[in-house]
Amino acid sequence: MFEVIAFYTFSILTIVMFGIVVFSKNALYAMSTLAGGMIFIAGFFFLLEAEFLGVVQIIVYSGAIMALYAFGMMFFDTTRDVKENIHYKKVLYSLSIISAILIVIILSAPIYSANIEAFYPSVMEGVGNTQMVGLVLFTKYLVPFELAAIMLLVAMISGILLVSKRMDMNLTEEDHDEVEGEIV
Amino acid sequence: MITLTHYLVLSGILFSIGLVGVMKRKNLLMLFFSTEILLNAVNIGFAAVSHYYGDLTGQIFAFFIIAVAASEVAVGLGLLVLWYKKTGSTDLDTLNMMKG
Repeated sequence: MFEVIAFYTFSILTIVMFGIVVFSKNALYAMSTLAGGMIFIAGFFFLLEAEFLGVVQIIVYSGAIMALYAFGMMFFDTTRDVKENIHYKKVLYSLSIISAILIVIILSAPIYSANIEAFYPSVMEGVGNTQMVGLVLFTKYLVPFELAAIMLLVAMISGILLVSKRMDMNLTEEDHDEVEGEIV
Repeated sequence: MITLTHYLVLSGILFSIGLVGVMKRKNLLMLFFSTEILLNAVNIGFAAVSHYYGDLTGQIFAFFIIAVAASEVAVGLGLLVLWYKKTGSTDLDTLNMMKG
């Protein structure tokens, strides 16, 4: 009973939040509702007994990614409404049809895949979810895990290099040589 | 009783919202938001399948998706800030330097 109430509450909240993200004209509203929707999605993960995934969702999405967006939005003018001129109505309509077909396919998928068997069973006596994730991640998925680490490192370096082009200068001595160091 | 189909329907609805957002939005920042919605919808589907089939692979792939999303935001926002410094707008229609 608790599960049913929680599922419907979280799903209604998530759909409303993401609807606001997609249809709002204000970038600030879109960002804050997106952060809210991420936290409600973490609620789903806790319902599905994936506690570690839920915690990671809250830390990474609502913490790091939203902070990054908030930092990026300081560069843009966010108080003004976002102007968008849409000239392709046909694309929107065909997109809606594609989405409807997609939902039907997703609905019918479990019927055809009813005889799937688990490779790495998640239920083991005396072992929690976090420990089990660690066991699988560091044995079967070790190479993808390391590749993901390298990818994150590359992304971090590229993010730093793209935004701050004046890394060779000392931040505290910036007032003296403001003019000569200008690189665009 | 909540079954796998409930979660997959929810995942499909959220994915459709994100898809409509990707096609509707002309602002690049809003386009990034819609991409995050897409990735999160897929994550819900993975976690649900992982729970109902008793297999941890779904959760592991959800972790990898989160890692991909984090690096996408880092690189994408860096490029977006550069583009905004150069042209003064984040509109998708200004990205036509090659006049294609």
